[in-house]
Amino acid sequence: MGEVQLLGAKLSPFTCRVEIALNLKGIKYDFVEEDLQNKSPLLLKYNPVHKKVPVLVHNGKPIAESVVILEYIEETWKDTPILSGDPYERAMARFWVNFIDEKCMLSIWNAFSAKEEPEKAIKEACENLELLENELGGKKFFGGDSLGIVDIVACFLAFWLGIVQEVTGLELLTREKFPKLSGWVDQFLGCRIVKESLPPRELPLGFYRTRFQPKNAST
Amino acid sequence: RARMTAEVILLDFWPSMYGMRVRVALAEKGIEYESREEDLRNKSALLLKMNPVHKKIPVLIHNGKPVCESLVAVQYIDETWKDKAPLLPSDPYGKAQARFWADFVDKKLYDIGRKFVWEKQGEEGEAAKKEFIDCLKLLEGELGNKPYFGGEIFGYLDIALITFYSWFYAFETFGNFSIEPECPKLIEWCKRCMEKETVSKSLPDPHKIHDFVTQYRKVLGVE
Repeated sequence: MGEVQLLGAKLSPFTCRVEIALNLKGIKYDFVEEDLQNKSPLLLKYNPVHKKVPVLVHNGKPIAESVVILEYIEETWKDTPILSGDPYERAMARFWVNFIDEKCMLSIWNAFSAKEEPEKAIKEACENLELLENELGGKKFFGGDSLGIVDIVACFLAFWLGIVQEVTGLELLTREKFPKLSGWVDQFLGCRIVKESLPPRELPLGFYRTRFQPKNAST
Repeated sequence: RARMTAEVILLDFWPSMYGMRVRVALAEKGIEYESREEDLRNKSALLLKMNPVHKKIPVLIHNGKPVCESLVAVQYIDETWKDKAPLLPSDPYGKAQARFWADFVDKKLYDIGRKFVWEKQGEEGEAAKKEFIDCLKLLEGELGNKPYFGGEIFGYLDIALITFYSWFYAFETFGNFSIEPECPKLIEWCKRCMEKETVSKSLPDPHKIHDFVTQYRKVLGVE
């Protein structure tokens, strides 16, 4: 189905989302690692508006923004669907994708980096995790029995969050407080395709060690 | 007749450019619906039940089931009532472009625009104006020589952006700048869209938006 190239950064959960989707559907692609401190002319040409990764290039035509890319992949390669065919279920999935991207991830980042009112930021992050805990309910994945677009977009929670928690000593997603979400993390990380798509742990570990100071447990 | 329209309910707030998007999409598809105006300082029990996560409008309720987030609702409308007026192009790449730029509108225009109306104009004002115009110019570039962003046919991205047009007069007045000299093609596109009844009947008069802003600025103490 043509040439596929992915401009990305292994460190980034946004890039990982696209790799999971491509791998899930068995799509062959060339990965181009971008140095985000020194962006290539190729990246600037393919994503002049945001100058960010990931960018998928299919038959020479670029698509930017990870969620837009996921929808494009879904529509172009029909095997192993990540979205339901039912319009209402699709709307629900898109709603939760939006929620994770626009509210949840930001609030988690704030919880780890807020200099003022850290307690407030932590509380908000936990409220958002609670919403996801409830949405997951008794399901194995957000997508039901198999991985769906919401699971893929939430990959940050399964892998990157655990690493930041380890580096900072601040635990947001605990098995005690979020048993269902923790169970989902286990299931998600247990998927062969996910394991093949994730970067080596040392990569984000090293990065976060330079970005975050360990927090005292008592604060 | 009342029972039929109650199949589709829209929880809305008349000045909301997000609510307007859903109105336009429903009008494009010729869907009859019941519109319920929300008082955002006193949200209805229905709104809180239908959108417990964000507690925001618009909420499209179809056969009792809520769809929240304006662009999610527009896509839902497109996929559910697919026999008429397709809003997204049929090819995946065209869809991706429409989604990319609608996402761009959402990420940029609202946050910059709100500075003109809800915040005191200070030194940041000039930078905000430049950023706003730059965003509109990028969109103008995407439009090119096409009559609509969707090509020959008015579609998803047109819907995502045109609703901001009702707020331009307020942005320009309170921000003290003018859009048309900088983006004449975009304004031409705006006027072309407004010639469609589905759009003109879904958007409030820009002067009414201006009056709304004037009133609410007093409440916020911005003067």
